Amino acid sequence: MSAIEVVTPGLLTTVQDLGREGFGPMGVSASGAADAMALRLGNRLLGNAEGAAGLEMTLLGGTFLFPEGGVIALTGSDFGATLDENPVGLWRSTEVRAGQRLRSGPTKSGARCYLCVQGGVAVKPFLGSASTHLLSGLGGLEGRALRKGDVLSVGASEPIFRKRTVAVRALQRLTPRKVLRVTVGMQADWFPSASQQLFYGNLHRVREDSNRMGLRLEGLPVTARTRGEMITEGISLGAVQVPESGQAIISFVEQQTTGGYPVIANVISVDFASVGQLRPRDEVRFERVAMAEARALLIEREKLLASEDLILE
Amino acid sequence: MPTSPGVRFLPASDRALLISFGDEIAQESHEQVAKLLRFLELEPIPGVRNFHPAYSSLLITFDALRLTHAELEAVLRRHLEGAKQLRLPEPRKVEIPVCYGGEYGPDLNDVAALRGAKTETVIELHAATQYVVYFLGFVPGFAYLGELPDGLITPRLATPRRSVPPGSVGIAGRQTGVYPLPTPGGWRLIGRTPVAMFRPDSGSRLAIGDRVRFVPISGDRFAAMEKEQARA
Repeated sequence: MSAIEVVTPGLLTTVQDLGREGFGPMGVSASGAADAMALRLGNRLLGNAEGAAGLEMTLLGGTFLFPEGGVIALTGSDFGATLDENPVGLWRSTEVRAGQRLRSGPTKSGARCYLCVQGGVAVKPFLGSASTHLLSGLGGLEGRALRKGDVLSVGASEPIFRKRTVAVRALQRLTPRKVLRVTVGMQADWFPSASQQLFYGNLHRVREDSNRMGLRLEGLPVTARTRGEMITEGISLGAVQVPESGQAIISFVEQQTTGGYPVIANVISVDFASVGQLRPRDEVRFERVAMAEARALLIEREKLLASEDLILE
Repeated sequence: MPTSPGVRFLPASDRALLISFGDEIAQESHEQVAKLLRFLELEPIPGVRNFHPAYSSLLITFDALRLTHAELEAVLRRHLEGAKQLRLPEPRKVEIPVCYGGEYGPDLNDVAALRGAKTETVIELHAATQYVVYFLGFVPGFAYLGELPDGLITPRLATPRRSVPPGSVGIAGRQTGVYPLPTPGGWRLIGRTPVAMFRPDSGSRLAIGDRVRFVPISGDRFAAMEKEQARA
């Protein structure tokens, strides 16, 4: 079994897979990669199962030593990675020789870059998943972000290097968006049309204190009609909640399973990956689509992921 | 097709459907939530991925490639009658030891002052009531317990704490609960339990439908139990 040594961890690097579903009744949200598309494609490049665990780096990447070498793929945003001073391309498989160091730096595009490794990162699963849930300190490596000196095991597999890339045409269709498509929220009718116009007509800026639990936005305040307090109810991934301040919050992968603020809109499934690539100070707009369109887009996206010419050898 | 009065199906997102049993916190609607949840756990619907129960509603998330809202609603409508007939197991009775006040309950005095009561009265009231676990939410293992006696109803803190020590027993509005993990929190803290409410190996101490009583303990007992727990 080979390993990855954390020389420097970067700003916030965690072990993530596609999350743990089914534990909502215990108050446990799914967690998982913020840009699940990037993780899935990284794993596909390596011949891993799509849901194998990888490392999710945030804004500033780390340096990792591979004492026994391995095969890796970097996906998501460009963190300017090098392998012994040579640039490492995104969206392709790369062979790492024993003793080589992968260095990455500040992002050149979006918020997250994924380091996938052939065989997957091996940690003790919590409720069936390797995903780190930072708020509760559970899952991943001791429920926390990686630190200098951590050593991660890599799942047993004979390293087989095959030169693979993701088709450019597919990548173009998966480019993160700054216009997030949403369906109507559960409490949309709490917001008068003037508020709706403010919400859909203006830009919302991502605040610095955003995290995997929620993206806090700021912009012209969107106010609900006063209708008393809402009874706490289940919150779905991507729900856009509006607290008294009128500044929207997008509930994200480490979301609370329930909430008590009115939900004006809900980001559609195909745009979750784009939410995962938003950086602080990025500006987004919301665009409403019908439920049927959201579904059609999801079907189209999965067709793209299943297509034979997605991964080129 | 039998329709239950007052039951509404609402699409929450392109992968979630909310079933609402009413617009108030009531024992009856809660029981319907608990029964449907139990029914669906016993008879899983292919394509359903997760449940988020709350006071009077159940959010069901599903694989949108396998199910549509309409298809899921149709299956659920067929199941509603069966769920209604389901007999829930006898509720588990759980006692949670709590050391009230002092460093463990930094807001106890404020709660007493807000209610014009003695701190002893606040403790007695809180410990004399049997609470129902309406649902778990917020973070892993956080149980929403109700209802708090009228004499204890106070608003949340104007400014939430950045980090609440695990085991802290809080109250807010008509609710009470125990913070299982060090998280931010805006409820008023009146005591703390040495018992772990969520463990990675065994999961949550409480489950939906449990009946809970808080049992006052001394600081010495708290320390002894904390030690025991650390060894376990």
